[in-house]
Amino acid sequence: MLRNRFFAMALAGLDSQTSIFSPQSGPARSIKAVSLLTLGVTSVIFVVVASLLLYAIVRFRRRPNDDGSEPPQVFGSTQIELSWTIIPVLIVTVLFLTTTRVIFEIQDAAKPKSAIDVTVVGHQFWWEVRYPGFHVTTANELHVPVSTAAAPTPTFMKLTSADVIHSFWVPQLAGKTDLIPNRINELWMNPEATGIYKGQCAQFCGTEHALMLLRVYVQTPEEFAAWIRQQQMLAAVPASDAAQQGRREFETQACINCHTVNGTVANGRFGPDLTHLMSRDTLASGAAANTPENLARWIDDPDMYKHGSLMPAMHLTKTQVDQITAYLVTLK
Amino acid sequence: MSTLPLSAPQVAAESLPYKGRVGMWMLIAAESAIFTIFVVAYVYYIGLSLSGPTPQQVLEIPIVNTIFLLSSSFTIWLAERALARNVSGTFRLFWGLTILFGAIFITGTAREWHKLITVDGLTISTNLFGTTYYSLVGLHALHVIVGLILLTSVFIFSLAGKVRQQDERRVGVLAMYWHFVDAVWVVVFTVVYIVGR
Amino acid sequence: MSESSIPLPGGLPGTTRQDARSGALGSVVELLHEWVVTVDHKQIGILYILYSLVMFVVGGIEVLLIRLQLAGPMKHVVSAEVYNRLFTMHGTTMIFFVAMPIFVGFGNYLVPLMLGVRDMAFPRLNAFSLWLTVFGGLLLNYSFIGGTGLQGAGTAPDVGWFAYAPLTERAFSRGHSTDFWALALIVSGFGSLGAAINFITTAFSLRCKGMKLFRMPLFVWLMVVSSVLVILAVSPLTAAQFMLVIDRYLGGHFFDTQAGGSAMIWLHFFWIFGHPEVYVLIMPAFGIASEVIPVFSRKAIFGYPAMVAASSCIGFVSLSVWAHHMFTVGMSAPSNAFFTLSTMLVGIPTGIKIFNWLATLWGGKISFSTAMSFSLAFLFQFLIAGLTGIMLAVAPFNWQLHNSYFVVAHFHYVIVGAIVFMIFAGFYYWYPKVTGRMLDEKLGKLHFWLFFLGFHLTFDVMHVPGILGMPRQIYTYEADRGWGTLNLLVTIGSFIQALAVIIFVANLVISYFRGKAAGPDPWDAWTLEWTTASPPPAYNFAVEPVVSSARPLWDLKHPQDPD
Repeated sequence: MLRNRFFAMALAGLDSQTSIFSPQSGPARSIKAVSLLTLGVTSVIFVVVASLLLYAIVRFRRRPNDDGSEPPQVFGSTQIELSWTIIPVLIVTVLFLTTTRVIFEIQDAAKPKSAIDVTVVGHQFWWEVRYPGFHVTTANELHVPVSTAAAPTPTFMKLTSADVIHSFWVPQLAGKTDLIPNRINELWMNPEATGIYKGQCAQFCGTEHALMLLRVYVQTPEEFAAWIRQQQMLAAVPASDAAQQGRREFETQACINCHTVNGTVANGRFGPDLTHLMSRDTLASGAAANTPENLARWIDDPDMYKHGSLMPAMHLTKTQVDQITAYLVTLK
Repeated sequence: MSTLPLSAPQVAAESLPYKGRVGMWMLIAAESAIFTIFVVAYVYYIGLSLSGPTPQQVLEIPIVNTIFLLSSSFTIWLAERALARNVSGTFRLFWGLTILFGAIFITGTAREWHKLITVDGLTISTNLFGTTYYSLVGLHALHVIVGLILLTSVFIFSLAGKVRQQDERRVGVLAMYWHFVDAVWVVVFTVVYIVGR
Repeated sequence: MSESSIPLPGGLPGTTRQDARSGALGSVVELLHEWVVTVDHKQIGILYILYSLVMFVVGGIEVLLIRLQLAGPMKHVVSAEVYNRLFTMHGTTMIFFVAMPIFVGFGNYLVPLMLGVRDMAFPRLNAFSLWLTVFGGLLLNYSFIGGTGLQGAGTAPDVGWFAYAPLTERAFSRGHSTDFWALALIVSGFGSLGAAINFITTAFSLRCKGMKLFRMPLFVWLMVVSSVLVILAVSPLTAAQFMLVIDRYLGGHFFDTQAGGSAMIWLHFFWIFGHPEVYVLIMPAFGIASEVIPVFSRKAIFGYPAMVAASSCIGFVSLSVWAHHMFTVGMSAPSNAFFTLSTMLVGIPTGIKIFNWLATLWGGKISFSTAMSFSLAFLFQFLIAGLTGIMLAVAPFNWQLHNSYFVVAHFHYVIVGAIVFMIFAGFYYWYPKVTGRMLDEKLGKLHFWLFFLGFHLTFDVMHVPGILGMPRQIYTYEADRGWGTLNLLVTIGSFIQALAVIIFVANLVISYFRGKAAGPDPWDAWTLEWTTASPPPAYNFAVEPVVSSARPLWDLKHPQDPD
């Protein structure tokens, strides 16, 4: 117990936004608990064996005044072999049983009626996020309500991929689970505190794997409900001339083949849904902050922020880029 | 002195296993592992093809083919026995029959594939069944062909009078390989034509 | 009485007398020819080792570039594409063209000598296996100039050393870079298989009189266990790679998820290979430890039968743990629990080996030659590596640590901290036998301490970014994650290790020309290789040795107290 607390303190010093030892959700906490136990057991083993090794090296080193005779030759001892077989077996038994309990606790957790359903589909190199119960589709940001013991609203996710294997990892909220094409995996979390939790893809998926970043926004139930309502609305109709011209450009270029804007002809599924693009904090799953300037640069040449992104440069003129940008910034 | 002959209380020399047999057993172990993976893939994908012809629709059980191949294990055994008794004529007879039966098997496979490709439109790229079927049966057929080449070489050596009783062990190693190929066919046959249909 | 052979002064074994008449060029050609066509196990062993050293430098340069790129956040030392190629090639090169062949080299050289015989069971297969391995490595590296990959201008494979499908399918891996990966490894895989067949057959069928199986040196036993694992594990990889090539070239659908295929079976097939593979790599290292530690403790190995049993157990159980690399793919709870158990179980015989080495030291007279220093460091480091392995065996802990830098730290702790350290120990121990000269001890100690320092700076620190959420196989990271300083320290350590390796190579070269003459038995050791000249004559033993224990030389030196 004391040892566990010592470790907890030492590890709290390693605080960072994505430390596995700063859990803010049930699964992450369970994992931390069994991890500390494991660390404790292995530390004890290390201290005992390493001390014996160190002692042996010091105590049995050949002295300068050695007479050159050979020490007594010992070939083995069945009893000793048995004892240092049985003790590890016991250790393994304890560790295994504890671990198994946590495995089942996390994997076979009951899903309450109040759970929020989210489907996450991995793409090269962005996250498609859908709320089937609310008919909301967005990208790269996951918004979930905080879940308390009194009013539990955990988020239960279904994970799959549209292309290659990815992995969903937000260390403070849960262990990672892979997004595999032609397969549906499950992951759940019940975040305890509001805030922004960072993560990223944890399975090499191609050129820009490193910039397939992830943000989970844990909100109060009211904030979450407001967000959902806003995401459910159809796309804003542009008012200014530039924006309207931009919308025409957008809808005549190949943009609509990859992107969806609800309420317009754009219904492509290959790229992120842009209906509420401006409600997101970043572009290209975290590659750049979501500002009009960055957006214009992104449209002009995606390679600049994310070399290896599958969005092609459309070779537009500056005017076209500005107009399209003017349109897209109205999609709040 | 560069080498020290170590005289010690005389220890009876062990009779160590013939290196050819040990080596061939290890090769068989490795090949078994390779075939196992292809069999696992075949079994895993049974019934999962999204389209295209199914095994039930296009596969005919190759009974005759199988009888010939399995008989070749019997004839090679007879050939080995003849060699052990130094009867080269009998050895060549049964060794030649082994080759003939193996060749009949390969011809049968070729005809089966011809029908599957031209009549049923099943190729390796058609669907999961096509991919796993041609890979598994093809891998086995490849091993049969390699075996036939080696068997034929020995046959030619025998015609030249170079295969005698003292070569029994080495010929036996090749026979082990041939038996292995036949054993693999038993597995492939069961998985593809019985379980998978 | 035996005829004595003339110990060749610092000459490589098998070199013939210089023929002054054909001139310098002629004798160079003759020398090259002899080495290319040789079927002698000693020459083949040396060729394997030299090849592995070259590949070690190649893989090392790759990792130094990686570390420069990661030394700080958002750096631009190399592009994402180049980075992805570098880590793919680094892993593939180090595992398949350094660690595996260098031990085949050690084994080739030593096993016939240790068994008191003339050569391996199949000398021509031996040579064939060597050249297949060499060709595979050349093919892989040719990809730098010959292939095309993602984003067009690419070249070398860039899909990670485990090349998960469907990223490796034609749709996601355009060009030929992945083909170089698959084909190079298929070719060298056959080389590994040939070597494995040779080792097993030699140990079972070729032993000198009196050498029962339980009198073979432990190094030979460990080569046998490693070889059995090669036979059972490399074959599934070869099969999977055939399947990948069928998918890429014949339109197959083994891993084509669009056609209903499964990405999962690549994972299963790969890791059924991949886990036993790491035991293929460590078994020979264990074998070297079991040779070096007793000699420099002046005591027989403690628990020889237990060591054989434990090694065999490890090999056997290691075939059942593979899905601990797949805890995050969504297997059921019972499956995850099973693989947690099997992985923990494999730790038990592993621990037993550590305890036996400890017991060998106990009550001995330990001297700290360079070989022994590397071996003692191995014991500590392997202990730690095994314990972080137990942590990773705990499936829920694994759900956080998988694919993070914690795993990278763990497996480098094993591969560098245990395996490379023992390779160095093996060099310092057997170099005198192979060349007839001692490696310089001062340079050796410098090499040891520098490498030890660099190793710990890099790999102790490296565990922390993993705990802080840093995934692996990423070409850069954001500045606000708190990973920058840690990565810088890791990078510094890697350059210190590089410096140590340079000193080691210098030692190899300098000592070859100016090292002290070694004589047949510089370490006062006990196994048969130390009864021959240094280097041994081409025929190894003029008269077949007859042995009556596992330590024939001990019996000779201590006639009053034989084993």
